[in-house]
Amino acid sequence: MMNCKQATRMVSAGLDRKLALSERLALRVHLFLCERCSNFARQSRFLRQAAQAAARRDKSDAER
Amino acid sequence: MTLPADQQLADYRDYLLRYALYRLRDEAAAEEAVQDTLLAALQAKQGFAAQSSVKTWLTGILKHKIIDAQRRLCRDPFQLDERVDEDGDSSDFDSLFDTQGHWGSEAPRNWAKPEAALEAQDFWRVYAECSERLPKRTALVFAMRESLGLEIDEICQNLEISTTNCSVLLYRARMSLRLCLEKNWFGLQA
Repeated sequence: MMNCKQATRMVSAGLDRKLALSERLALRVHLFLCERCSNFARQSRFLRQAAQAAARRDKSDAER
Repeated sequence: MTLPADQQLADYRDYLLRYALYRLRDEAAAEEAVQDTLLAALQAKQGFAAQSSVKTWLTGILKHKIIDAQRRLCRDPFQLDERVDEDGDSSDFDSLFDTQGHWGSEAPRNWAKPEAALEAQDFWRVYAECSERLPKRTALVFAMRESLGLEIDEICQNLEISTTNCSVLLYRARMSLRLCLEKNWFGLQA
């Protein structure tokens, strides 16, 4: 059974590479049961959105 | 062939500086990369003939200088504390978890309407502060992955670090950024 620490690492890894089927399943089960790690997963995806938005802001600054 | 005048090169300095700063997240390194670029440009003006514009030509040189600078930043002895073991240990966030590896008192909470924050000017101030708290190498890898959208293999190759190392730095960046944003923004939004 995956713990929260392992789950956060897996969430992070899943943003950078394709997880193996076994990893995906274990993570899905954990996230299904753990609201706090689900929050972490949503927040990590939001960070990507924010970083991209930040880049667009920087870029429009740079081209001004 | 017309050579760009010194003044003309200077006119691009600000643009080049912003370009370099955005990719390096380090003012001194950005300035050095731009200086190297202008120097190379003045020394090798013949390379300019085939290019469509001075700006494109200079940006092309700068890109190479940036890659060199990124590698140097990664080897910087001052960044030694950021070295990670090859087993991918990230013990610096252990305090957030109990001995069983479950969240302690600082567990991630539910953020209300995070997308709305992207429209708030104040949010970006907090975001910038949180980003600046990241160690340089961590910030650099995070920016390459999330802002520039590079694949992890490309990042490793460019910075000459291992995939494991890269993953650990990305994990640290995410853990640190989300904690900082929750403390200084989302946790404060009632």
